[in-house]
Amino acid sequence: MVDAKQQAHSNAELNWWIFMRISGLLLIFLVLGHIYMTFVQVSESDATFDAVVGKLSQPAWKFYDWLLLTLSLLHGVNGARYSIEDYIRSRPSKAWVKILFFMVVALIFVMGTIGLLAFNPG
Amino acid sequence: MQINVKILRFDPDKDKKQHWETYAVECQPSDRVLDVLNHIKWYIDPTLGFRRSCAHGICGSDAMLINGRNRLACKTLIRNVVTGNAGTITVEPIRGLKVEKDMVVDMEPFFDAYRSIMPYFIADGAPPAAEYLQSEHDAERMAHSSNCILCACCTTSCPIFWVNGSYIGPAAIVQAHRFIFDTRDGATQQRLNLMNQNTGVWRCRTAYNCTEACPRDIPITELIEEVKRAVMYQQA
Repeated sequence: MVDAKQQAHSNAELNWWIFMRISGLLLIFLVLGHIYMTFVQVSESDATFDAVVGKLSQPAWKFYDWLLLTLSLLHGVNGARYSIEDYIRSRPSKAWVKILFFMVVALIFVMGTIGLLAFNPG
Repeated sequence: MQINVKILRFDPDKDKKQHWETYAVECQPSDRVLDVLNHIKWYIDPTLGFRRSCAHGICGSDAMLINGRNRLACKTLIRNVVTGNAGTITVEPIRGLKVEKDMVVDMEPFFDAYRSIMPYFIADGAPPAAEYLQSEHDAERMAHSSNCILCACCTTSCPIFWVNGSYIGPAAIVQAHRFIFDTRDGATQQRLNLMNQNTGVWRCRTAYNCTEACPRDIPITELIEEVKRAVMYQQA
């Protein structure tokens, strides 16, 4: 009985732990790079709607922003999942809070992705 | 010197909830908190309940929350917790376990977690003709984790253990570490699989409370990280 339970373990938590470390490290550079390219490289007077349109016409920028969106959402969602699983003890409310939370984040992700890919003011 | 000892009392026969009581005690700065508690029990209020056995910091019976930190009453000197005359120290039971009476808590969930990691040597194949040999270098790997006295200071200072009793807790992970990194032991895989369950090491959020609480100065958070990495390399 115990042996069967031990063998039936999953590596989900291990994989999330590794993901948190890698995505956290990537996000530091992605966010700092984004801040640099948006606010330091260009002067404030150049930060216009047209400048953003110009940037987002390049696929590389779209990919950069989408990576930022995806990694930060997954990293944040998993961190919040840790807290939900730690602090909400009753099984039904844990399930409801998680479902609701994941749905909101999925909606934000879909809207962000559509906004980024379909962005075409011209 | 004269100090006030503020104790969180609970008598299951009389009280609905815990309440504070203060005792004025004459003591020396070099006395231990345990001496003061003994004085209260022997000369002021014999109904005070607390566990103690060896009184020399090795049996791990008298872990309690002294001035807001988990410590052993027998290893804590008055001069380190009280400044000046007429100072006050607070004494509470360790948190996260059910209080049975005063400082006495139900340790069963703690020992259940301990037993679940199989805290005994498991031989791999036939035993050698003489002793199981181990190099000094290999012994060093488990030098910290084998210092644990199972006082529960770490587990009952862990915020995840407070809110979620299904977490196995730092003490059990330290004990698992002691056998996982023992080169003579044969059940490393089994214990790593136990640590990989969602009640195991992945619930540790590296709050470092355990490391600060340990009266044996075991770098517990580091040991938990070592076990996490061992699980990772085992699964890779």
